[in-house]
Amino acid sequence: MGPAGFDGHELMSAPLLQLDRVTIRFGGLTALSALDFGIGADELVGLIGPNGAGKTTVFNLITGVYQPTEGNIRFDGKSIAGLKPHRLAALGLTRTFQNIRLFPSMSVFDNVRAAVQLHRPHGIRNALWRGRGFHDGENAVSALVMEMLDMFRLTRFRDEPSKSLPYGDQRRLEIVRALATRPRLLLLDEPAAGMNSTEKVELMKLIQFVKDKYKIAVLLVEHDMQVVMGICRRIVVLDYGVKIAEATPAEVRKDPKVIEAYLGEEPTIQK
Amino acid sequence: MLLARPRTLLGAALAVSVALGLCQQRLDPYYVDVLTRIGINITLAVSLNLINGHTGQFSLGHAGFMAVGGYTAATVSMFAAPHFLPANAPAAFTLAWFLAALVAGGLVAGAAGLLVGAPSLRLKGDYLAIVTLGFGQIIAVIFRNIEPLGGALGLSGIPAYTNLFWVLATAALTVYVVTTMVNSTYGRGFLATHDDEVAAAAIGINTTRCKIVAFVIGAFFAGVAGGLYGHFSMTINPKGFDFNRSIEIVVMVIVGGMGNTAGVILAAALLTLLPEGLRTLAGYSIPVPWSAQPWSLNWIGESRPLLYSMLLIGLMLLRPQGLFNWGRRGSTATS
Repeated sequence: MGPAGFDGHELMSAPLLQLDRVTIRFGGLTALSALDFGIGADELVGLIGPNGAGKTTVFNLITGVYQPTEGNIRFDGKSIAGLKPHRLAALGLTRTFQNIRLFPSMSVFDNVRAAVQLHRPHGIRNALWRGRGFHDGENAVSALVMEMLDMFRLTRFRDEPSKSLPYGDQRRLEIVRALATRPRLLLLDEPAAGMNSTEKVELMKLIQFVKDKYKIAVLLVEHDMQVVMGICRRIVVLDYGVKIAEATPAEVRKDPKVIEAYLGEEPTIQK
Repeated sequence: MLLARPRTLLGAALAVSVALGLCQQRLDPYYVDVLTRIGINITLAVSLNLINGHTGQFSLGHAGFMAVGGYTAATVSMFAAPHFLPANAPAAFTLAWFLAALVAGGLVAGAAGLLVGAPSLRLKGDYLAIVTLGFGQIIAVIFRNIEPLGGALGLSGIPAYTNLFWVLATAALTVYVVTTMVNSTYGRGFLATHDDEVAAAAIGINTTRCKIVAFVIGAFFAGVAGGLYGHFSMTINPKGFDFNRSIEIVVMVIVGGMGNTAGVILAAALLTLLPEGLRTLAGYSIPVPWSAQPWSLNWIGESRPLLYSMLLIGLMLLRPQGLFNWGRRGSTATS
């Protein structure tokens, strides 16, 4: 348990995502030891830590890339350890990538359309027969995609190849694509990576907007303090695979263990 | 572009194939022969394009599926027919029997596709190419060793049921199935799998399933094409379905442009016509002013394979994205 106590934001009775004493070892190396934390159904939680602290490992554990050696990961009360990514997406858990991964051969519109797969009302038989059901289904999908592109100010790029967009808009598109799967928990993997400060401010507004609009939980794994401190109400700090703090941004900033982890053993430098 | 009214277009294509099938007797047999081979190659190339182009899984085993379909259909019409069909059955019976033989060929090839695809589609890129290559070799070896099917000599005396109707109708149906399937929200799954498997899985696309569906459907049509080929050439042997045949189909897909169905259709037609064109060219000679002896182009006849390879190399250097890919969907260079 982190020594920095828990502030007023107590977890809801049953958190949406719960990591329960999760440990993972690679050979002799313990990458994470007995990590506990939870995310409520409409919470925005930040996960930070110095390089090599285990942030990516946590991410890979939640998204099914790794299996925990010990402990349990529960989503909506059910264990999800080791489930394939597409099964997780069907449960309502989806992610974005640190190095943006759009579908390069597809238009902006089709990038989002591909993500409606999970909830499309029509399938392969309709596609082959091309009857009423197919056209109604495609129209519904199309309307939904256009609504989302409108909401995120991407309509003017609709038919552009996704890779031709400016960096910030590519990130925005990736988030829109993730939202098209109707997630309940959105995992953002270092979304501010490679952004300048104007883009970062835009990104913070975007994340806040997504959270308020869709009322979903967001886990933000991020290097950039400005972004994490700016929008998260609760921050989990990792160092060497151990949770060293879990508190509000203001408390984390003052926490001596956090300062030590980031700056070494001379905490006097930072106020 | 093939998509404005897919069902109307399919209807029109089927009507044309019925018309051509009915007046086949009056056409020059040489053109019928060329047109038949074009139709079979379109079926093969468009179905392989679903696997290699749209879904981005590099398969080198298409001739193997063709062999499975060809032998199955030939078996149905040669060995099973006498048990079920009366000796002088009406023509409609024979037609229905041929249809059943073709479908059987397709289904068995599709099952072979499932058998090969389910374990190997977990592999990526080069590994899949090697597995499918191995599959093609194995199929050839298996048929070479089945004595009832003629062994290395193959089967001959297959009834010549294939005509322009069957060939063109199959090609039209293949094009219809591939384009309608890909051009739908469902079909974006294939393209997403092609573009980025990790991202596709993260938004809920079951990429393994997508790949298997593409593989099985592609194998099905390759099997039907194999059945058509057997009942057209009236003889099949394992050598006719070797690695070179697979490569020929892959070349059609690459020349047409991966994932570009219209381009692949054109390429299949063009590459079938190319050897014919070169053969015709070899019959000519060019008068040379300083010599009484005209320059004979006879050498083209012998060096056709060489010219063919040189054309392909030139094409890859000048238009690596495919001859008919005008910047619509990206080339294969994605990562």
